[in-house]
Amino acid sequence: MQPSERTAQIGALYQEMILDHYRRPRNKGELAGADASVLMKNPLCGDEIAVHLRYDGDEIAELRFSGRGCSISQASASMMTQLLAGKTVGQVDEIRSRFREMVMGDKAAAEDATLGSLRALGGVARFPARVKCALLAWNALETALAKRDE
Amino acid sequence: MITRRNDFPLLVRNPELHYLDSAATSQKPRVVLDAIRDFYETANANPHRGAYALSVEATDRYDHARRRLARFVGAGDPDCLIFTRGTTEALNLVATAWGRRNVSRGDEIVVTALEHHANFVPWQQLALETGAVFRVCELTSDGRIDLDCFRSMLSNRTRVVALNHVSNALGTINPVAEIARIVRERSNAIVVCDGAQGVPHLRVGFDDLGVDFYAFSGHKMCGPMGIGGLIGRRELLETMPPYQMGGDMVEFVHDDRTTWNALPHKFEAGTPNAADAAGIAAAADYLDEIGLDEVLRHERGLVSEADRRLREIDGVTIYGPPPAERSGVISFTLGDVHPHDLATILDGDGVCIRAGNHCTQPLMRRLDVSATARASFYVYNDEGDVDALVEGVLKAKEIFGHAAV
Repeated sequence: MQPSERTAQIGALYQEMILDHYRRPRNKGELAGADASVLMKNPLCGDEIAVHLRYDGDEIAELRFSGRGCSISQASASMMTQLLAGKTVGQVDEIRSRFREMVMGDKAAAEDATLGSLRALGGVARFPARVKCALLAWNALETALAKRDE
Repeated sequence: MITRRNDFPLLVRNPELHYLDSAATSQKPRVVLDAIRDFYETANANPHRGAYALSVEATDRYDHARRRLARFVGAGDPDCLIFTRGTTEALNLVATAWGRRNVSRGDEIVVTALEHHANFVPWQQLALETGAVFRVCELTSDGRIDLDCFRSMLSNRTRVVALNHVSNALGTINPVAEIARIVRERSNAIVVCDGAQGVPHLRVGFDDLGVDFYAFSGHKMCGPMGIGGLIGRRELLETMPPYQMGGDMVEFVHDDRTTWNALPHKFEAGTPNAADAAGIAAAADYLDEIGLDEVLRHERGLVSEADRRLREIDGVTIYGPPPAERSGVISFTLGDVHPHDLATILDGDGVCIRAGNHCTQPLMRRLDVSATARASFYVYNDEGDVDALVEGVLKAKEIFGHAAV
């Protein structure tokens, strides 16, 4: 790989929007009266993210996150809470699999408008070592949603 | 300054690569790769088994490697050098074979907050299994063992003291000989030294060091992965039960009992890793040819330069003692830029550093960080690698913006 190509990929990864969500995370903090809270840790880097949510019927009425981590995991969590609040569990499941496909390198998913600003994280696909950072909050969400079915 | 880069095929193949993760694993010089290949091409047979000449040759090569390594680490009795998969297995061997038989409820085990998980968890678990007390010696603010704290933890109840020779996370070189003396004055404990980061950089001199067990790995000293060693005092090894059971480690197997082979075979069950033993012996030759004093002088020159230049960057925090008291390691953070982001940005310019907790979560808690960035230098690095590191950190700072750094 040419050095210039790699430099471009770094630029695509660390977009302004990602750094903005890292520095000014949205919906960050605990959620009083949460129906589910799930903490997910990445022992390799010490990152940890907890996802807190409250349902209104079949809808996720409120979604917040807490914890600490790198810019990718924090921005992913922050943008996730923005996009998914107000969506039904079914819609969330679809977006979740679409997001996973995108960070695993699916080009069609990277163009999918339903992912909204999360498409800014499409560059992660070029950094296999960082895919788990992007998925940390989503894995926590998946576990939280699974509790609902129990 | 010596340039050894051309001795390393991977670095020759990747001229743009700045490999600064030798504390995780070193690159391998051609002579080591050749030695491994040579074993398989000219001497491959199962050592200690065959009555035929080729097996005898394989045995000779394996025995030679043991003698060579024993000389390298300053152990006068080669039979007290047990080949293992690496440091981790060597430490587990001691914690299991010596620990289970000699540690009981009310005894105390002392480790330091500087330990790699491999020299922390086996002892912690031994304590939990036996009901022994597990103590963690605290550090000074610059990442050295606090000797006052250490003295206060020793008593006639102390059975084990476990510490590293050189910290993998900070590069701190510990005064192992002095610590061993302190232990002898105050207790009858055994001293177990994790030498994974010591052997690649320092003349160990096991017989004069004063410790009872010393563990090391081949892959951090230019040798192959999957081989390392445990050196122990003969009187301790003789009384210890075997760690694993199988072929080669037995003497007579009766239906109802078994007697054990002599040292070192008692602790080497199964077919030995003779090819990698040849490789690690070649690595010892390679390092001796350079001279370990020169190795340390070279890497310390680079790490001092990196230390000086990184310190000039606003927002950089460096952990650990001054470079003169470290091996080739520099551990640092840059403002609120997460070390993983830093490592990704450096990787974009071909600079390989480690980011994470370095298998030292107890240390990270005490430093009050979740992770650090770590660059580690070795024989093949040069000033160009320092330049690339510093430029990469400046680039990360630019990408993340100056304001919050």
